[in-house]
Amino acid sequence: MSDTASILPEHPPVLDWIHDFDHTDPRWTENPFPIWEKLRAASPVVHTDRFLGCYMPTTYQAVKEIAYDTEHFSSRRVIVRDVRPEVANPAPPITSDPPEHKPAKQVLLPPFTPDAMKKLEPRVRAICNELIDEFIADGKCDAAARYTKHIPVRAIAHMLGIPEKDGELFIKWIHGILELGIKDNDALMSAIQEMSAYFAGHIGYRKTRPTDDLISTLMMARDKNGQPLSDQHVMGSLRLLLIAGIDTTWSAIGSSLWHLAKTPADRARLVAEPELMPTAVEELLRAYSPVTMAREVMKETTISGCPVKPGNMVLLSFPAANRDPAVFPDADTVVIDRKENRHAAFGLGIHRCVGSNLARMEMTVAIEEWLKRIPDFRLDPADKVTWSEGTVRGPRQLPMLFGKAA
Amino acid sequence: MPAAQPRAILRETPAMAAKLKIHVDQEKCQGHARCKSLAPELFDLDEFGNAHEVGDGSVPAGLEDKAWLARSNCPEIAIEVTEE
Repeated sequence: MSDTASILPEHPPVLDWIHDFDHTDPRWTENPFPIWEKLRAASPVVHTDRFLGCYMPTTYQAVKEIAYDTEHFSSRRVIVRDVRPEVANPAPPITSDPPEHKPAKQVLLPPFTPDAMKKLEPRVRAICNELIDEFIADGKCDAAARYTKHIPVRAIAHMLGIPEKDGELFIKWIHGILELGIKDNDALMSAIQEMSAYFAGHIGYRKTRPTDDLISTLMMARDKNGQPLSDQHVMGSLRLLLIAGIDTTWSAIGSSLWHLAKTPADRARLVAEPELMPTAVEELLRAYSPVTMAREVMKETTISGCPVKPGNMVLLSFPAANRDPAVFPDADTVVIDRKENRHAAFGLGIHRCVGSNLARMEMTVAIEEWLKRIPDFRLDPADKVTWSEGTVRGPRQLPMLFGKAA
Repeated sequence: MPAAQPRAILRETPAMAAKLKIHVDQEKCQGHARCKSLAPELFDLDEFGNAHEVGDGSVPAGLEDKAWLARSNCPEIAIEVTEE
């Protein structure tokens, strides 16, 4: 899963980050924070000729200006890639612009409210414990492969009403779309086709036998004219829920456990003061925000005083915004009781992550259940932590040893 | 080493606290639900998860800090707190 660098055209190593940045460079994958600091010091918006031309806002303010500006920036392409083929396979509402965006999003919002998540919480707690049961006796595990990966897969499968055991398939498709797809269009297209065929089967089944899951909810939704959504729309939204609901939370839980593994003081404090958990989860979301989005420049404008021209993509790095010291004092320090935290981990503006309440609940439950069963743990020095490349950042190999260090 | 404390950001509540009123700007709210999590007594969510103030937005005595806390954590800066 982790050796994405081995496929297709290698990008030349970056020599000048400020004028030639590349978010798929191995150094960015490993530790992007000093790179963002350098870019931010240079300009609120930087540009690279890679990816057929791409800007990156480096400050919270510049990220916010772009996220709020749906007139000059389109969401029709939400991943910065080497190629820019004709727009196909939309996944509403994430790839929608106004005015289509709002009705497409409103269909998805009610199943993801905090109250709806409370109903799902017991199942997620059980999933976490089922997973821990499988490896706790070993005294060690790769937490990314054995724990963090499976929680969001099984939770979203449960919500959609598809078998939790199909999780490995979902993970394969998501890897093809979010990682391989940046450089390999065939990998992207075959993943989308397999996924569409899979969901077509589930949609077909429900046409005669409606269920009370999220797939049926989408199928029964009506647009403002009282018409059902097209099969293509339903399929696109299902693709979105699966893609956006898995890698992201897998990464957020993984980064959180990685932080706690190497920060015994925070771990001890969370065990002693569990009421800190909501604040701590927000801080972990800020410091290790997994999701970087994209926009396409449609009309010339200026962002934080920098000219921005059509024909370019924008790497919309909410993670970099969340490390901006102008907004977050001690931005590179995890302060688990940080009082003021307007982090943008779930985006800003109309595209706020529809699954944010699900992600928070999964993170909270996954960390709580882990700390209950494994209050002491550390990174295994005999093995290596590896990070995913590109759009969603999180540990893909996370070797842990349980118990206090000898 | 314990982490550095963030700078003081919450307004001190004076001994004779002024009566506060809160309002969620419906144009700005995007449903992050941070306010509901931090101050469930003061905010409610609609069926889409978007927030609005409970009742007429008057903040009961003793909950002033929560009103300021919610305001300072709203990513969309959608919460207004006014002193009556």
